[in-house]
Amino acid sequence: MSGILASMIDGLLIGSVYGLAAMGLSLIWGVMDVINLTHGAVIALGMFGMYILFAAFPVNAYLLLLPVIAAGLLLGLLIYWIAVHWVIGRSQLSSLLSTFAVNMMIIGIGTAIWSTSPYNVNFTLRGITVGAYTFDGNHLAAAGAAVIIGLALELFLYRTRPGKAIRAVADNREAAELMGISSTMVLALAFAIGIALAASSGALVSTLFPFTILSGAGYQMKSFVVTVLAGLGKPLGALVAGVLLGLLEGAVTPFIAVSWIPLIEFGLFVVVLVAFPKGIFARATA
Amino acid sequence: MKRLVLAVFVLVALFVTTGFAQTLTVGFTVSNTGSMNVDSVEQLHGFELWRDQVNAAGGIKAGGKNYKIQFVSYDDESNSKRVQQLYSRLILQDKADFLFSPYSSPLTATAAIVTEQYEKVMLTTGAAEGKTYTLGNHYLFQMFTPGAEYLKGVLDMLKTKDPKAAVAFVYEDSSFSVSVVNPAKAYAQQLGFNVAFSEAYAPNTTDFSAIIDKVIASKSTVLLGGGHYADGSTLARQVYSHKVPLKMVTLLVAPDSPKWGELGDAAVGVIVPSQWEPQTAFKAQYGPSGADFAKAYAGKYNTPPSYESAGGYACGLVLQRAIEQAGGPDTAKVAAALNATDITTFYGRTKFSTAANEHGLQVGHAMVLAQWQKDKSGALVKQVVWPLAAKSANLVYPIH
Amino acid sequence: MILRRPVFWLILVFAALMAFVPLHANNVSMREDLILVAIAIILASNLNLMIGYTGYVNFGHIVFYGLGGYVGLYLATVRSWNLVLAALTAGLVVSLFALALGMGILRLRGAYFALATIGVLQAVQSFVANFDPWGRSTGMYVAFDAYERLGGARHALWTTYFLVIGVMALSMILSLGIKISKFGLGLFAIREDEDAALVLGVNTTVFKAIIYSVSAFLPAVAGALMFYKNGMIDPSIAFEFMLSLEGIVMLMLGGKGTVVGAALGGGLYEKLRSYLLTSPKFSNFQLVIAGGLLLLVVLFAPGGLIGWLYRLVPRARKVIE
Repeated sequence: MSGILASMIDGLLIGSVYGLAAMGLSLIWGVMDVINLTHGAVIALGMFGMYILFAAFPVNAYLLLLPVIAAGLLLGLLIYWIAVHWVIGRSQLSSLLSTFAVNMMIIGIGTAIWSTSPYNVNFTLRGITVGAYTFDGNHLAAAGAAVIIGLALELFLYRTRPGKAIRAVADNREAAELMGISSTMVLALAFAIGIALAASSGALVSTLFPFTILSGAGYQMKSFVVTVLAGLGKPLGALVAGVLLGLLEGAVTPFIAVSWIPLIEFGLFVVVLVAFPKGIFARATA
Repeated sequence: MKRLVLAVFVLVALFVTTGFAQTLTVGFTVSNTGSMNVDSVEQLHGFELWRDQVNAAGGIKAGGKNYKIQFVSYDDESNSKRVQQLYSRLILQDKADFLFSPYSSPLTATAAIVTEQYEKVMLTTGAAEGKTYTLGNHYLFQMFTPGAEYLKGVLDMLKTKDPKAAVAFVYEDSSFSVSVVNPAKAYAQQLGFNVAFSEAYAPNTTDFSAIIDKVIASKSTVLLGGGHYADGSTLARQVYSHKVPLKMVTLLVAPDSPKWGELGDAAVGVIVPSQWEPQTAFKAQYGPSGADFAKAYAGKYNTPPSYESAGGYACGLVLQRAIEQAGGPDTAKVAAALNATDITTFYGRTKFSTAANEHGLQVGHAMVLAQWQKDKSGALVKQVVWPLAAKSANLVYPIH
Repeated sequence: MILRRPVFWLILVFAALMAFVPLHANNVSMREDLILVAIAIILASNLNLMIGYTGYVNFGHIVFYGLGGYVGLYLATVRSWNLVLAALTAGLVVSLFALALGMGILRLRGAYFALATIGVLQAVQSFVANFDPWGRSTGMYVAFDAYERLGGARHALWTTYFLVIGVMALSMILSLGIKISKFGLGLFAIREDEDAALVLGVNTTVFKAIIYSVSAFLPAVAGALMFYKNGMIDPSIAFEFMLSLEGIVMLMLGGKGTVVGAALGGGLYEKLRSYLLTSPKFSNFQLVIAGGLLLLVVLFAPGGLIGWLYRLVPRARKVIE
């Protein structure tokens, strides 16, 4: 019994990081109807960003999240102007492909610089031991940081002018423009925030697990699952759904081989998608 | 006039007998990118050191001629999809005389289909899985001890230390690890161990917490398994940070890499079944001694050799000897010389099976066990702990 | 009539050249390059049926190729079936699977459908990686003597090559046939405006499910042949997400919705990739170059190479379909 509990706590902790990653995807998708396929590559860049910063400034790794977020915002603006701005309003295929093209370029450059060998951020916080089980200090800290960032985003969207503008554009772009909101600026800002969220989740993951430039792909897949479970354009919903997904993983693993988890997860994903195309929380929050 | 004729005659005679240095092309693919990158590049360094030393000595001398070695290689991206395209290219376009294998069992098995078709000799290293050799090949020769042998030594050693140990197998679901663990599980039961837990994980796993929780719940005292570098190093870290009460951890492949020391405290006590360690002092009948190889390698690459590197170098050495014995690079003669090979080099004994149902399988080479230990100054070093005859330090058991 | 279409004859000539040139030169290296080109064309052409004709983006198209490989290899080696029979059966089984699956996920539109196809790919890969009869994640190997039944490995690989070229020709002819049929018109109507098509009496559900299933058949046959030739299969090479995405890149490069464009894009992209991979100068930057190229096409030439040709020579539209 204690084994299941421990497993669920482990799942809950990692789930909040899945949630943070998915928030970025969900925000961009909801606001501008773009499925951002640079997501995984940006998560990987977040990992390497943390790696580089930590090598230069070996302080508490979680303090370094701030510069990663700042760099993520700039990167987001850059990607927006290179690949996204020109395809807004065109078919969904265009933005899928243009972001995928950027994804290939990032992975290509990353491979040339770092090869595909695994890297580590050697920073360890002390864990908490309960009975035979020890909960890793980094996992606790990363989960905490993910929740804080998630709540900060929610505050930003509901309590600040630019945040409200983002929500207005997401609801109805034409009406927002009539109200004098420059939709281009708002879209660029939303995209940048989405990228910064992805980068920050990558930075958190880098303190937990070793990573390569290709590691982002797996988290991108998880982000899709989480986003669909939560419904589009609901960043806080994504955070909650991420935590739930982690809990589910934790609750199931004691009973079956871990290699079956992807089948359950993606099977569930397809079924939910077909049964509730607007997300499980659609009714609750709409 | 006479003198001049004589001089020319002598010169020509010299030329004919010593020969111009001809060039032999050896082809292979390397995983410059992808999941096998670390191990594959170590193997490549072994190949390269051999080539450089042979060429510096004037080439391979066989049948009165000198053959310099040149390499042609491509990136296989750790993916078997392009391996056949690239090996065909190596054979047909680049006119490779001999081939070395890619790193890892699946890539090697895929490449073997092509090399066998063209009846080209391929020495395989970094590929321990044995199934490939039962498929009816004639020109494939394995340098590594096959997978079924990897964990036998550990279980024998454990039997002497702690026959009541509860064993957990946690291993990568890849052809190599499965070919290691399945026979090991049977052997453990045969030795009377309690196999308390056994589970395979997907090759790209980074989060082991679920499996670790299950290992704790199973009350296992010994963990055997792993796969390659990326997953093995991660597993060791997380076992350490979750403070799993284990008396012994043995992982495949990963702990042999010199990079393992970077794990710090998580590295301590971990055991690896190894094809070769610098401390194993085999009396080399051919080629350099182990110490000379390790020194030359460290001089060139600023890191001690792993067994992948040693396997790569030994691969070249065995080919070199076979060419010398065959009196030239003729494929059929070299294959015959390889069939007859039974030699001890710095890497240990090498002998290939000539039985029809397992032709080319390595049957001469034996493995050792190495454990990461702290020396007196507190630095992490890899010590040979088994077999007892070859040990450089005593086994630390239990670890904590 | 399909026989009146110049493109039909063009396809036959192209396929004959693909088959004949490496055979005549007895150049196996060329054959190994061309077989990957042919596979790329097969994947891109069949993907075109979904993306180009029907307007549904399938991100998980490779699942058909991989499943076909598994079913085919299982029948041809474990059950010792004749290769052609095994490959055709694989195609049939996978098509039926696609039909059943399509009934479910084709209720989704746009990006939701695209995401569901990713989910299907991942779920199938995970299932196969846990499926004992197919060797779990270590996959299945072809014993070297399995090629003996086709007259030894050397002979068997040529036979496989010709079969793959045949599948490639069929893929292109299928694309053309559908394009000029009434069924094809129905698909185009769905692509332009699904609701309007419904009102006009197109049974969209049936049309979509059929085309999804049809687009699965030839890739599955090709997968069976290719993995047999390869000598082994495992889940990571059978269900490579990257290859699925590359199929879309090929299609965009050539020009989606056109028969020749899909083939052109497939062929060119594969040629480019293998050039970059084996070139010492560019091998580090192959992804950057391929990505940059794709970005340029998407931003500035959304019609791909064929679209650009149409703009340049409007009359080409009549000949190059």
